[in-house]
Amino acid sequence: MTAVVEPAAAAGEVGAARRRKEDARLITGRTRWTDNIALPGMLHLAILRSPHASARIVSVDVRPARRQPGVIDAFSGADIAEIQGSLPCAWPVTEDIVHPVRPPLADGFVRHHGEAVAVVVARDRDSAVDALEAIEVEYEPLTPVLDLAAASRDEGLVHPDKGTNRSYTWIFDSAQAGTGTDVADAAAAAEVTLHRQYIQQRLIPAFMEPRSVVVDPGMGEYTIWSATQIPHILRVFYALLTGVPEHKIRVIAPDVGGGFGGKLQVTPEEMIAFFAAQRVRRPVKYTETRGDSMLSAHHGRDQIQDITLTATRDGTLTGIDVKLVANMGAYLGLVGPGVPILGAFMFNSIYKVPAYRFECVGVFTNTTITDAYRGAGRPEATYAIERAMDDLADQLGMDPVELRRRNWIKAEEFPFTTVAGLVYDSGDYDAATDKALDLFDYAGLRAEQQRRRDSGDPVQLGIGVSTYTEMCGLAPSRILGALRYAAGGWESASVRVLPTGKVEVVTGTSPHGQGHVTAWSQIVADELGVAFEDVEVLHGDTRTSHKGLDTYGSRSLAVGGVALVEACRKVRDKARVVAAHMLECSPDDIEFTGGAFRVRGTPSSAKTLADTAFAVFAAHDLPDGVEATLDADATFDPQTFSFPHGTHLCATLVDTATGHVTIHRYVAVDDVGKVVNPLIVEGQVHGGVAQGIAQALHEQAVYDESGTLLTGSFVEYTIPSAADLPHFVTDRTETPATSNPLGVKGVGEAGAIASTPAVVNAIVDALRPYGVDDITMPCTPERVWRAIKRGGAS
Amino acid sequence: MIPVAFDYLKPSTVEEAVAALGASEDSKVLAGGQSLLPVLRLRLAAPALLVDLGGVPGLSGVRVDGDTLVIGAMTTHAEVASSDLVRRHAPLLAAAAATVGDRQVRHRGTLGGSLAHADPAADLPAVAAALDATYVVQGPAGRRSVAAADFAVDLFTTALAPDEVLVEVRLSIVDGWSTHYEKFHRMAQAWAIVGVAVAVSRSDGTISGARVALTNMGPVPHRAVEVEAALTGAPATAEAVAAACVSVSAGTSPVDDLTASADYRRDLARVLTGRAVCQALGI
Ligand SMILES: Cc1cc2nc3c(=O)[nH]c(=O)nc-3n(C[C@H](O)[C@H](O)[C@H](O)COP(=O)(O)OP(=O)(O)OC[C@H]3O[C@@H](n4cnc5c(N)ncnc54)[C@H](O)[C@@H]3O)c2cc1C
Repeated sequence: MTAVVEPAAAAGEVGAARRRKEDARLITGRTRWTDNIALPGMLHLAILRSPHASARIVSVDVRPARRQPGVIDAFSGADIAEIQGSLPCAWPVTEDIVHPVRPPLADGFVRHHGEAVAVVVARDRDSAVDALEAIEVEYEPLTPVLDLAAASRDEGLVHPDKGTNRSYTWIFDSAQAGTGTDVADAAAAAEVTLHRQYIQQRLIPAFMEPRSVVVDPGMGEYTIWSATQIPHILRVFYALLTGVPEHKIRVIAPDVGGGFGGKLQVTPEEMIAFFAAQRVRRPVKYTETRGDSMLSAHHGRDQIQDITLTATRDGTLTGIDVKLVANMGAYLGLVGPGVPILGAFMFNSIYKVPAYRFECVGVFTNTTITDAYRGAGRPEATYAIERAMDDLADQLGMDPVELRRRNWIKAEEFPFTTVAGLVYDSGDYDAATDKALDLFDYAGLRAEQQRRRDSGDPVQLGIGVSTYTEMCGLAPSRILGALRYAAGGWESASVRVLPTGKVEVVTGTSPHGQGHVTAWSQIVADELGVAFEDVEVLHGDTRTSHKGLDTYGSRSLAVGGVALVEACRKVRDKARVVAAHMLECSPDDIEFTGGAFRVRGTPSSAKTLADTAFAVFAAHDLPDGVEATLDADATFDPQTFSFPHGTHLCATLVDTATGHVTIHRYVAVDDVGKVVNPLIVEGQVHGGVAQGIAQALHEQAVYDESGTLLTGSFVEYTIPSAADLPHFVTDRTETPATSNPLGVKGVGEAGAIASTPAVVNAIVDALRPYGVDDITMPCTPERVWRAIKRGGAS
Repeated sequence: MIPVAFDYLKPSTVEEAVAALGASEDSKVLAGGQSLLPVLRLRLAAPALLVDLGGVPGLSGVRVDGDTLVIGAMTTHAEVASSDLVRRHAPLLAAAAATVGDRQVRHRGTLGGSLAHADPAADLPAVAAALDATYVVQGPAGRRSVAAADFAVDLFTTALAPDEVLVEVRLSIVDGWSTHYEKFHRMAQAWAIVGVAVAVSRSDGTISGARVALTNMGPVPHRAVEVEAALTGAPATAEAVAAACVSVSAGTSPVDDLTASADYRRDLARVLTGRAVCQALGI
């Protein structure tokens, strides 16, 4: 039993470019998505949605629908008024936040296009959809409040009973917080002032798998499958909102096809399906169409950003003053009010600024709610500061990279307390930027730009710079508490060692495409000396994974991965005692090296985890007082955020005759700390950059003047495909995080945060000779063309 | 979404199809379904009967009949784009068919379906207009021929009667012309904001003939006859071409919508026509 196979690669699994274990089933679809689930006797729901942005519901008559073939039940908000309650907002950012009631099914009023009004329950989906047409609803249309700026001035009210559209005003002032000086003083003393207003257009997360929910009411023991990012949080809210005790509710997020924050929500549809199942006492399913999804799943971004930079003439920043108007939509989403507040800590980005002030007003309009979307608050902040830095460089006649270099925190200055009060633990902005400049051939492209300018080439070249950091690894529970978030930010992991030495990991994170099964297996392989293939990762079912806070905010590895390491180390401590007993020595004489427990000084005397697992299983000869298990749990609550950073450079070619923009070169150098799996990191960067480019060039949710969503399908809401995207040159620097034992920082959002300003800066840079200093996103060919015409005329 | 329930018939001859169409109050031909099915799924239309042409032999394929190239209505975009005969005798059509939608759409959608659907943003109707195509249509009284210029009546409206089927498209083979289809879209694989179909001939340094038709500059394809006249006889230089194309959008009525405004489309038409002609001329 002492012949131990040495692990092949001394370097270990962590850091290896393992192909993802889960991909075969995800790509082929040979897996269980919520919509695949078919239970005996299951019924199907269809939902009638409001065609109006704002209306009083005079009457709803569902009786004709009940008489349609195959229909079992039909109901409206009035029918469940007593039980349906209000959808939750878990992040009331201020004490006096205005928080209107949001019934899952509209009752009395509809406040946005697509709000759920009535439900049909039928034997099959076709019958349910057909029967919707029989429902009679009389609306009294009201004038919708749509323009964000006008709404913030209370020109028309979304909720007249509240007397205002302003949900909250949230302020951070470095002078008051004691983290810096007063922006007013900086403004008074400023040698240079730059003021800009940028518009963050509304986006639709557009995850690949539409949302779907199945509710089986059992005999009062509810099992719910949902295409959600947050099975654990959802279970808590089901219990709080329905009165069904938590232990009678099991929530399962089976394989979930993407989310991007869009499935970080407790949705009307999830509650409606629950009430429907309760009414008919049979399992029910609701699967949205893409059209329903675009109309009613929460949207993202949608802010008016006013930013003022003050600086000395040599380009040293002296102050940043930010005023945001953030569109909440018609109600407050689960974490919607907090999204812009996450940005509050990021406008100062990587720069040393003495004075900072941030003010955000959350405003209601008659539109679909907004909430988290990849980056949530941080892409918006990064966009504004990085656009403004390029504009300031132009105003000062400085190179945009040099302006940044003059202001950013130097590698030797970490840990660094920022003007927003965060402590950045690590980073090396010079290293990342130098590498990016090199890969990009910055000097060569500048020369090419000059050539095109000199020759009056109709195709102009522009270069955009974006140096970013983000706060992720959400989140230290204490900080969340201080920000009035309802839940904590810890994460949990359990490790179960099976008798034959195989390992089951139960994680509280809830992957929906990120590859946790693979990365977690790599971590366990190194920590416990087992093969990558011998690890199974269980997630997303509150019966097996009873404890967790799910997946969002680039938190899974930086928080959940660390919990996993800690659980593995507990397992190791237990196994060490057993191994020592088997090897007849003291546990203190055992060291865990080369994937096995070895007697110090006699490394060939060794036991593997499998050896100890079987000994514990048999339990014939365990030391006194040792439990017959190696299993262990751990919960990790980070003390601080992690701070990935990087430099993205983009070169665009702009056809000045048509306004068409081509991305000519894109370089991303990211520092995400230690890398567990470079392939996964690469994938996240590619996807994130693509989404950020999409915001810069392509995507926008548009409502017409009556509040009808015009971009209700992928014909109008144009998401890019591979054919629209350039080749990405990606590379990394690696400055390990000092705040966690893995040294990891998170990569889920980085690409989406960094890329948008790089692209728009590049377009503006190409067109500065034409008098262009801003283009409102998305920079469609027509908008670019108009900007050139306008600029040229002025 | 789910369409309203409908009856479905898959006849094996055109005659049967025509008879079925005539017998039903509210019927529609189904070809590749790439335009019709989305309309049904969104419940923008709810015909009682679909007559699927997929079972009629002989409606798809490409052949040469004397000095005419004949393309069956059920020939898919992919087949049109890759057919040696089309590439040799009507390269403009092959090039335009290759730009339609995405691979899936090109393998399902048909030339006849595209022409019969008459979407102003569709690429192939303008190409057919530029090539002076003739459409062969079969109804209860037999076959008749319709010139491309007469076929497109209005937005989504053609000269086809409800009980008529488009069976083939005929193009006169003219050699020695060079062609180009210039499609401008916001996204790869998307519909054209503006498209320009151009065929030109030159002798020595002079343009000796030109045909120009525009996609999406009005309810039906726009044949820019004045530009054709201005190009004919002009020197084959970029400056002369640009000058001849200045007024290409005269007489057009492009829409103002989410994708693009009318004045942007007009300016695009000017720029793109110039580029398309230069491309075709190889200058
Ligand atoms: C995602 C997507 C992208 C697309 N992009 C483009 C694009 O970029 N450019 C472009 O030009 N098109 C595009 N299309 C449309 C595509 O070209 C369709 O193939 C075409 O418009 C219709 O052809 P079909 O064979 O699918 O016809 P169907 O959808 O089956 O029928 C369309 C209409 O024509 C009628 N019809 C069809 N065949 C006949 C016939 N032989 N006789 C009489 N009536 C008939 C039908 O009754 C129906 O009214 C796109 C479609 C999709 C789904």
